[in-house]
Amino acid sequence: MLASRGDTTDASAAVKPRRRPFRPSSVLKHLWLGSLAALLVFPFYWMLTTAFKDFFEASQFPPTLIPRELHPENFATAWSEAPWARYFLNTILVATSVTIGTLITATLAAYAFARMEFKGKSVIFTLVLATLMIPNEATIIPNFVIMGRRYLNLYDTYWAQILPFVASGFSIFLLRQFFLSFPKELFDAARIDGAGHLRFLWSILLPNSTPVLVTVALFNFLASWNAFLWPLLVTSKDELRPVQLGVQVFSSEFGSQYHLTMAAATFVILPVIVLFLVAQRQLIQGYARAGIRG
Amino acid sequence: MVSARPAATPQGRRRRTLIENVHAWLFLLPAIIGLGVFEFFPAFFAFWISLFRWVIIQGPFVGLQNYADVLWGPRSEAFWKSLGTTFTYVLFTVPIEIAIALGIAVVLFRPLRARGFYRTAYFMPYITSTVAAAIVFAWIFNPTYGLMNWALEGVGLPAQRWLDEPSGVIELIAGGLGLGVPAWAAGPSLALIGVCIFTVWHFIGYQVVIFMAGLGSISPEYYEAARIDGATERQIFWKITMPLLSPTTFFVLIIATIGALRAFNQVFVMTRGGPLDTSRVVSLEIFRTFFQQGNFGIGSAMAFILVGIILLLTFFQFRLVGRRVHYE
Repeated sequence: MLASRGDTTDASAAVKPRRRPFRPSSVLKHLWLGSLAALLVFPFYWMLTTAFKDFFEASQFPPTLIPRELHPENFATAWSEAPWARYFLNTILVATSVTIGTLITATLAAYAFARMEFKGKSVIFTLVLATLMIPNEATIIPNFVIMGRRYLNLYDTYWAQILPFVASGFSIFLLRQFFLSFPKELFDAARIDGAGHLRFLWSILLPNSTPVLVTVALFNFLASWNAFLWPLLVTSKDELRPVQLGVQVFSSEFGSQYHLTMAAATFVILPVIVLFLVAQRQLIQGYARAGIRG
Repeated sequence: MVSARPAATPQGRRRRTLIENVHAWLFLLPAIIGLGVFEFFPAFFAFWISLFRWVIIQGPFVGLQNYADVLWGPRSEAFWKSLGTTFTYVLFTVPIEIAIALGIAVVLFRPLRARGFYRTAYFMPYITSTVAAAIVFAWIFNPTYGLMNWALEGVGLPAQRWLDEPSGVIELIAGGLGLGVPAWAAGPSLALIGVCIFTVWHFIGYQVVIFMAGLGSISPEYYEAARIDGATERQIFWKITMPLLSPTTFFVLIIATIGALRAFNQVFVMTRGGPLDTSRVVSLEIFRTFFQQGNFGIGSAMAFILVGIILLLTFFQFRLVGRRVHYE
């Protein structure tokens, strides 16, 4: 069911002639789709335009749909009111570490499941799949205790924000499925030529797995970028906070300065939107194929 | 050629199997350590914690007392209320999301100009962080300067307090008509409905994408046959699309319900569970118990009950459509 045929539908759309005869029903369709699209995109417009207004225009009622004057200096003001550079560095550091860590652990494990024979394979694989069913809620309190002084003693460190996420059952599963679909003949040929597992993985399999690697990387990066509850629990110092905590603290501190709060929200939302616009094909198809939970 | 290799002898083969095993386990080691320490062990540890009086530090063993406290003891009133709020939240988000997403997907699936643009627009909310986007919505719902009140005034309706409004929506509507309703019929608070609106906005794109994938897996031959037989669009939708799409619909239903049961960020940012606890969903109640009151034992018991509900839904999904769900 989730085996997406999104690609085929795109292809079939491309085969049909681009210009179709005018039909009243297509006007209705565009009216329906267009008004919904406008509703869904409008909050972004509202965020951006509020961020460009000055304090008085932002807090006036009725609001102005188009700013009377543009005040780009709001972004500089908002930026200087909180350690945003630090927040961003923290988030980038944590998200990059999580992504690279997951790629390494998941690639190795997925390869073992797809191409190696060993004792206990099916049991271990079942256990890995079982982690997909353990919801966050079950592990968040014990993980909080584990990070505490009696065990790992990692509160207020980057490690606490990284370590719990560098192994992901879901990423292992996705990569294994892809590795299994890789032609076995290539593997056998490489083995006969004397290539070991690591050699084959590194020089043949991985270069041919870019789409799935990008998908896994994007999923993990986005999840880490958007993480909120866990960093809220394990950090108390401002200098270790990620952007999501930063923007939340900022909005409670500058609650009535709506133009600055919206400028701050723009900081946090914009990079992800840019990433999405660049990689949207990968992302949308990835979500469709994997059918993962939100 | 193979006979020239040491593997041909029995010892050689055993040696190679051993080496292969060692290699495989080395490959698996990092992932197993990670999943073991932060997924498996905690799942059992959580149950262990829930069997103790555990307020920041471990206290005496109390057996299932924490569960009793949560289900019918001193904690039960707040817990059941939060569970009720959570189910209301599910009820006022999931069916609406599915209906709208289906309505979009069915139209968008056919060849149409600007398809890519629409898909991008619908999916954009889903990838933005719930925290930052919820802050934007809190501003839209602002009771004094907000966009929503301006829209209400535009159509001649009175301004509302939105996220600060503990009164039920039915109560508010009836009140506007000069009627009174009994307390049990007041409906969910306007604050909770505000969070629901945000949730629908945020998740719809994801469901559109899943529905599109589901539609793509229906063989076009059914449609061709139906058209040849002169079926109307309406008949095609109800007699072909809906039945054949039902595994997808069921999948989306379960995934969306689980997502809504777990919702935390948007509620935390928009209302903090208020006003008057009317939007305190169960994950916020767990957060309050565990993090703000430091009661790990009770918090774990609550979390386990929530997890039980989620696992039940997951099993439903596997039992009913598991075999029909396949991955590429």
